[in-house]
Amino acid sequence: MPEPFIIIENITKTFGDVVAVDDLSLEIESGQFITLLGPSGCGKTTLLRCISGLEEPDSGQIIIGDKVVFSRKKGISLPPGQRDLGLVFQNYALWPHMTVYKNITFALEIQKMSKAEMDQRVKQSLAEVQMEGYEDRYPREMSGGQQQRIALARMLAYRPSVFLLDEPLSNLDARLRMDMRTELKRLHYDSNATTVYVTHDQLEAMTMSTKIAVMKLGVVQQFDTPNQVYHYPSNLFVADFIGNPKVNLLEGRVIGQDLVEVGHFHVPVNTKDATGDVVLGIRPEDIAISLEPVEYGEEFVAYSVLPSGADTTIIARQEQYELSVKEIGVSNIEMDQKIWLCFKKDAINLYDKQSGNLINAD
Amino acid sequence: MSTYSLSQAQDSLWLARLRRFFRWLTTPYVVLSLVMIVVMFYMVIIPLWRMIVTTVTVSEIDLRVIPDASLGDMTSYHWRRMLIGQIAKIMTYEPLVNSMVISLGATFLALLMGGGMAWLVVRTDIPGRDIIHMLATVPYIMPSWTIALAWKVLFKSTSVSGGVPGLFQFFTGIAPPIWLSNGALPIIVASGLHYYTFFFLFVSAALLSIDSSLEEAGDLAGAGRARILRKITFPLVLPAIASGFIMTFSKTMGTFGGPNVLGVPVGYYTLSTMLRSNMGIANYGDGFVTAIVLILLSMTTVMINQKLIGTRRSYETIGGRGFMAQKMKLRGWRPVFIVLIVLVQFTIAVLPLVVLIYSTFMLRTGNYSLSNFTLHHWLGKSDLSINNGEPGVLLNKAIYRGAWNSIRLSLWSSFIGGVIGVILGYAIVKGRGTRLSKFVEQLAFIPYLLPGIAFGAVYISMFTKSFFGLPPLYGTFALLVVVSVAKHIPHSSRTGVSAMMQVSKELEEAASICGANAWQRFKRIIFPLTSPGFVSAFLLNFITTMRELSLIILLVTPSTAVLSSMTMRYIENGNEQQANAVIIILIVLVLIGNAIISRFRGGSLKKGLESSK
Repeated sequence: MPEPFIIIENITKTFGDVVAVDDLSLEIESGQFITLLGPSGCGKTTLLRCISGLEEPDSGQIIIGDKVVFSRKKGISLPPGQRDLGLVFQNYALWPHMTVYKNITFALEIQKMSKAEMDQRVKQSLAEVQMEGYEDRYPREMSGGQQQRIALARMLAYRPSVFLLDEPLSNLDARLRMDMRTELKRLHYDSNATTVYVTHDQLEAMTMSTKIAVMKLGVVQQFDTPNQVYHYPSNLFVADFIGNPKVNLLEGRVIGQDLVEVGHFHVPVNTKDATGDVVLGIRPEDIAISLEPVEYGEEFVAYSVLPSGADTTIIARQEQYELSVKEIGVSNIEMDQKIWLCFKKDAINLYDKQSGNLINAD
Repeated sequence: MSTYSLSQAQDSLWLARLRRFFRWLTTPYVVLSLVMIVVMFYMVIIPLWRMIVTTVTVSEIDLRVIPDASLGDMTSYHWRRMLIGQIAKIMTYEPLVNSMVISLGATFLALLMGGGMAWLVVRTDIPGRDIIHMLATVPYIMPSWTIALAWKVLFKSTSVSGGVPGLFQFFTGIAPPIWLSNGALPIIVASGLHYYTFFFLFVSAALLSIDSSLEEAGDLAGAGRARILRKITFPLVLPAIASGFIMTFSKTMGTFGGPNVLGVPVGYYTLSTMLRSNMGIANYGDGFVTAIVLILLSMTTVMINQKLIGTRRSYETIGGRGFMAQKMKLRGWRPVFIVLIVLVQFTIAVLPLVVLIYSTFMLRTGNYSLSNFTLHHWLGKSDLSINNGEPGVLLNKAIYRGAWNSIRLSLWSSFIGGVIGVILGYAIVKGRGTRLSKFVEQLAFIPYLLPGIAFGAVYISMFTKSFFGLPPLYGTFALLVVVSVAKHIPHSSRTGVSAMMQVSKELEEAASICGANAWQRFKRIIFPLTSPGFVSAFLLNFITTMRELSLIILLVTPSTAVLSSMTMRYIENGNEQQANAVIIILIVLVLIGNAIISRFRGGSLKKGLESSK
């Protein structure tokens, strides 16, 4: 296993009575693309700001590379400029009174780089974000997407070993976001800089990250690869937060080996050693629809059918139960039609009703 | 990861604490806050304290009237004398009532005019907005007692014993009664007309920032126009009105010029003129009691105001210029209103100047016919038969010295005030939320509570002797600079704060990520982005100081006299034409200064006024 490059140990940060980050520890390996994902107020941005040095935690220790950049016990807190990192802000924070060239060379001037080398760096970093020729523009003369690229170029130019990105795409429209995701992933691939990316958009997290840290109330709920986070959410919060359409959560009771009773129907599940009250987590695509009665198929009614081109979401109802089902392609199911749903046994996650934790993990 | 474990370094706990404390102490906003606290203690708190001490201490001149006392003893003599003694009625209570009457009257007049005009300009389809706006800032350029001087020229009356006729009496033959020529009414009108600018600017900014959908919602709910105005619009502009109220009230309270020109000749004293007359005979003990009464009165008003309105001020009122959908149609009344407004503004802004200029061409006061026309008061050589031999102002060396003093005083204090504003703005905004920041902000507010003339009085007690390493400043030019800077600290800090607030914190953070230290961040990022705000503040400060009188009237000496104090001296000596000529010169200098300073980085008087709210 490679050495961790950023080590976050027991970091706590409070604002007044609000605990933004709660005794959080995280190890990030060199060259990884880590996403801090969670709803607003979960502490993801605060954690990023603690790493950057813009915020001083109340306790704990942060190590970047071979430097202790923060330690409450030792009373150390290096200023951001000495931590060898770059940060792209949500609102870009380009300096409005400086041209693109000046924005990019600001950090280089502080490092007392020669003019020739600066020119070279500006050229190179503008090329990296495909913004050649924009040196003399002022930020207000560019679109949001262009400003975003310049903000990236500003960070790339001084080649920090850690990239921090704070919801960099949230101010862009949907199309541009897709483009920028592609670019960012490529940029990370080419530079191989250790990257910490903050977002509340699960799609961004899923598509770009090596690992995702899902956060809630200042605590990391799960720190794993996108695939693991999606298919084996470690608790109900993660399961519910990740996935679109949302995961189907059904309350039930284990009534025998590999069998759970949900209302008046039975669902076959890998129960492992679980007993008692449980919650089933079933992804919409892990439910098969049959137009005729089948074994273990439960009868539902198609309450609404929502085609989106590539796939179709069917909202199925039976008494108090409402399930989302995803079919690939165009569905020929009509509204109010009777359908029978089968749950893929191996794909169902089982959670303890009390703790909300995954209990049938391999 | 074990290689980085804490066990490697066995730092003791206190060393870690020391490091943390040192880091806190060297945080730029902390350093600057602490520096400012020291500065403000020296400039405001200590003088105030010394003044209070003086009122309860036996001084040399008190020895004659207090038997058995020795120098430096504690005594309640001055307080008893001024509050319950035989002369208390004349010395304290009558002036107190007069001050109240004048301040309230002038404030309401200003509110009525400024608020009404703001509403018309913003909320109706009245034409000629630009000219109304332009004329509205003109009074601010003139000294506050300009209208008082013009009033004097117009309504001087032989009804006052020893009086000469003014223009009105000269042309109509009717001697204006005393209530029209002197006393409460003219002072109220003269001050109210001068200060309506504040209300106009504050209220129109507030009205502009109201999202009209709020009113439309009321409209849809079926509320009538009057009801909407009362229930929705008025509460929303209330903070702006409150700001204007405090500002106007505390300014008129401490104002000296108007009451001195129009009140004193008929024995109508306010606290400010009473304070001056006590100070004039070096009766510091009594004078300071008056000053403290004045301060307490002003503080009480501000506090009542705060209680009623809630917060002291809300930055939110200004800013997001809401989109204005509907304007009330004046229809057939449009020409009536525009003519009325421009006429009123013209009366306030231009007529006084015309009257004053006209009066400077009159050889003898009281005769306004062309046969009396002369350029003597501008260009004449000293002639003992005219105005005690004062030469024409353009030939008078003292005038040039006064003009130079005015200019350098204004430049110095605006510059230092600007620097203090930058520092305070930075310290307060960066420390936002901390107790330190709150303390600094409150400390910076104190001079606001001290009426101009009382603030000047405070400084007499302070710098007569060498004090904690500071040389004795009394009678020096430097003292005038110090007092001007100190009095303007609240405005400087407001401007600084609002300029800093406009720079989003990410811009500085981005620089700090790039490795810039505090000075580099300030020099390259913060200062360039805030400088237009500071130019406006500098301009405002410059103009305010140029025409400041109340603050420095007690502190000037013949060699440090400035133009504003010279006009007062001329008036007091009966040299009306010279006084009026000097004020014209003063206004011309202010206009020139305004034109020059506005050229830098988009500074403007209007912006300065709005952000100093």
